Amino acid sequence: MSLEFIFDLLLALAMVWSAWRSLSASRLDRAIVMFIVFGLLMALAWARLSAPDIGLAEAAIGAGLTGALLLDAYGALKRREA
Amino acid sequence: MTGELLFASVGVILFALGVAGVLLIGHLLRRVLAFNVMGSGAFLVLVGLAQRNGIADPVPQAMVLTGIVVAVAATALALALVRRLYVLTGKLELSQDDDE
Amino acid sequence: MKRLLVVLGAVCFVVLLLGAMFDLAPASVQLHAAVAANLPASGVEHPVTAVLLNFRGYDTLLEIAVLLLAMIVILATGIDTAADVRPSVNPVLQALAKLAAPLMIMVAVYLLWAGAFRPGGAFQAGAVLAAAAVLLHLVELLPGWQSPSTRLRLGLAGGFLVFLAVGAGSLMRGALLEYPPEHAGRLILLVESGLTVSLGLILAGLFLLLSRDDGDGP
Repeated sequence: MSLEFIFDLLLALAMVWSAWRSLSASRLDRAIVMFIVFGLLMALAWARLSAPDIGLAEAAIGAGLTGALLLDAYGALKRREA
Repeated sequence: MTGELLFASVGVILFALGVAGVLLIGHLLRRVLAFNVMGSGAFLVLVGLAQRNGIADPVPQAMVLTGIVVAVAATALALALVRRLYVLTGKLELSQDDDE
Repeated sequence: MKRLLVVLGAVCFVVLLLGAMFDLAPASVQLHAAVAANLPASGVEHPVTAVLLNFRGYDTLLEIAVLLLAMIVILATGIDTAADVRPSVNPVLQALAKLAAPLMIMVAVYLLWAGAFRPGGAFQAGAVLAAAAVLLHLVELLPGWQSPSTRLRLGLAGGFLVFLAVGAGSLMRGALLEYPPEHAGRLILLVESGLTVSLGLILAGLFLLLSRDDGDGP
């Protein structure tokens, strides 16, 4: 087994774990942060799949913008609850 | 097994995880998360499977790039509707009455 | 009961699809070879940009239309206009954002230009532009949108309209979005510039419109 494949395997495990946590975390803010982590791991996976274009877009849009939208929605719902 | 096939397999698992999440989770914000995980899984299968012989293929890559941008637009739209629903009804779950 | 069924179904799905994937015969069509063969005629040197804006420009045209549609629907769902209560912003953050924003705009222009021959292009450039706007909004240097002015609406629709005009022009000469090879590079840059501005505005607008939805309801 090459070193690269071991890295891929670890990355794959981290992706599945972070996706699972983002769906199962009991606190919503933690779930959203885990989703942002998942997005950044996805960007790494795109780099490993020799798709730097998608990696760039995923890091900026998938993790950054989606994360900001989700956190903002969470904050607004929280403020309204209070 | 190559790295490409490994990531395609991860995509399959993520897609199934997302589908189960969308079906089982009632909280709408969490459902949006599950929907996004589902989409990411589909993207990984699309690119990973097309590149399973180890050669980069620009066609699926361009489609996934398009898909990511459409996914964020769908997410924003879903969040707008969730927030609107919360303003109007004070609930973060869909009512079960329509299912019967 | 429902839980068990869904989990069982998901596991079956994973096993079956994985089995099918590992059994798959090698692809009979070599798309990357076709793209590489036609790359000189596309007007750009980066294959992903060539696919996005030339070979499959149709997808990108419809994509920006979908984005515009999402924006219109969000505008139509109505936004509450009550005051937004945010804690006051740290002046250090404001100064830092002021420093970062011009650099981000420069990075966006670089990405747009670089898309012709290396990874980059309209999508990434638009995303960076949107990120700059979101950053400025978070430190309260850029107010949220009340309702977009005519100029802003023009900017939102501009990318789609430019793309549509180029498509209509090419339709008159022959087929939809089939650029003449000698002008392809310039046409792609024109379409990409429009797309960058519109994508940046739409993606930023998704956030700026939503983030001020903090009121007490109608």
